Amino acid sequence: MKRRKYEELFFRVLMVLATIFVAGSFFLIVGTIFYKGAPYMNLDMITKTPSGGFYIGKEGGILNAIIGSMYIAGGATVLGLLISIPVAIYINMYMGSKTFLANTLRMAFDVLFGIPSIVYGAFGFLIMVYFGLRASLLGGIIAVTLLVIPILVRTLDEVIRTVPFELRDAALSLGATRWETAKVVLRQIRPGIFTAVLLSFGRAIGDVASVLFTAGFSDNIPTSLHEPAATLPLAIFFQLSSPVEEVQGRGYASALVLTIIVLIITVLSEIFIKKFFKHKI
Amino acid sequence: MLVLTLASVSVLFVIGIGLYYHSIPILHKLSLSDLLTTSVWKPLKGLFGFYPFIMGTLWVTGISIVIALPLCLLTALYVNEYAPLRIRKILTPFVNLLSGIPPVIFGVWGVLFIIPLIQDHIAPHFVAFSTGYSVLAGGIVLAVMIFPLIVSIITEVLRTIPQDLRDASLSLGATRWETTRKVVLKKALPGIIAAVVLAISRAFGETIAVLMVCGNNAVVPHSVFDPGYPLPALIANNYGEMLSIPMYDSALMFAALLLFVIILLFNLISRVILARLERKLAA
Repeated sequence: MKRRKYEELFFRVLMVLATIFVAGSFFLIVGTIFYKGAPYMNLDMITKTPSGGFYIGKEGGILNAIIGSMYIAGGATVLGLLISIPVAIYINMYMGSKTFLANTLRMAFDVLFGIPSIVYGAFGFLIMVYFGLRASLLGGIIAVTLLVIPILVRTLDEVIRTVPFELRDAALSLGATRWETAKVVLRQIRPGIFTAVLLSFGRAIGDVASVLFTAGFSDNIPTSLHEPAATLPLAIFFQLSSPVEEVQGRGYASALVLTIIVLIITVLSEIFIKKFFKHKI
Repeated sequence: MLVLTLASVSVLFVIGIGLYYHSIPILHKLSLSDLLTTSVWKPLKGLFGFYPFIMGTLWVTGISIVIALPLCLLTALYVNEYAPLRIRKILTPFVNLLSGIPPVIFGVWGVLFIIPLIQDHIAPHFVAFSTGYSVLAGGIVLAVMIFPLIVSIITEVLRTIPQDLRDASLSLGATRWETTRKVVLKKALPGIIAAVVLAISRAFGETIAVLMVCGNNAVVPHSVFDPGYPLPALIANNYGEMLSIPMYDSALMFAALLLFVIILLFNLISRVILARLERKLAA
């Protein structure tokens, strides 16, 4: 009899420890980045582009990479939305959201979501070679768009499914066409669209492997789609590979910048998800 | 809309075909078994043996699953079966926050925290010398990266198990742990397998974080303290040179194809299992 009690206690303790470890790893990571990055943080880092000799420890900042990442993540999210909204509506409103075909499509997007970004990067590179493009902002946006489409489609799909069927039926029975009904549904899910945008932007801004081949790197802020663009994660990676201590330190500070941006995005999307799914636990 | 839907889904096939098309030259020159089982990597001499890279990937992935699965299983069980709602509400956001952290940050953390930890505190107990850059470091970093994925999928799976089953077991006098082990876990087993398969495929394709901590040495690792060179790191590290050496680009595209096919299969398997579970719940 006692053995059962001890077993119960043993596993309960084990579970609590595991939970603390898993949740704690978040603090450990963010803490490490703050601890190492904060001493190197200054205003120049986020307001200046690299001047000559930046990568051997001279003056400058990573504004080029911050802006480059914003361009790529923003461009890819906008482009992704233009494709994903019609796709999500098609799956839910035109195909009948519970048919075998709709579920197969959902699974296909889940599988696409699982494809690693390095494969998207390699594929994006093939597309660029095929069209004779060089590494550029445009190339980066194309590769990252492919990466975020599955995220956007699946998030929008989940969100559209929360709209009550009665609403669609009411619109349809009043003589609205399916497209007009879709517009009613879209109005209902506006906060959901915003969540999808945040999730996509967050994924896009932090990804390296997809932009490695496609966006190139540059010390200047790109002024056209055909110029190469620096990205924040790549800037971190390059600075960290440097043997100069000062440059490594700036790498930590850049990591801090990226962490803060991503945390803000994630917290915002958490808040929006909670607002949207208020009726759920 | 139909066109957009079909186009975006067909990306799946286009990627496969595109990568295969570009791997044809290397597949003509060397047989598939040669590519996969020889271990000499000398692109300048036209020797492309992927064995060390495949082994590097397997070591890193294996270590990460061994670390992550027990921890995540216990966490998911605690959160779903034991913890009061209040604690559950506090914990869930942290898992989501962790999943939002970009791979490169995990890499930086690995370099700053895990590498010194292994070099100074773990490795000296087992081997004479280690720089810390090892498959173990890659495995640990990957394990933390796949925590959120495994926890959230197992959580979803546990939620599909009817409360009646637990109540029945508890009312027969079983303790909570006995109920969890004999009823909940038994029912959740296919879902847990699906979560693991999905996590493996995620770990397989992870690039930058592993590249930063694994040491990138093209030899087959023999212990967890040996450096390794996983496939994605190989692709990422050599894109600059690949157009200047013959067959190199084809070899790297073959590496990408290899990753793509394996991950595609693993994803399909786990998604089918999960979809079945969901349907059972709906019925």
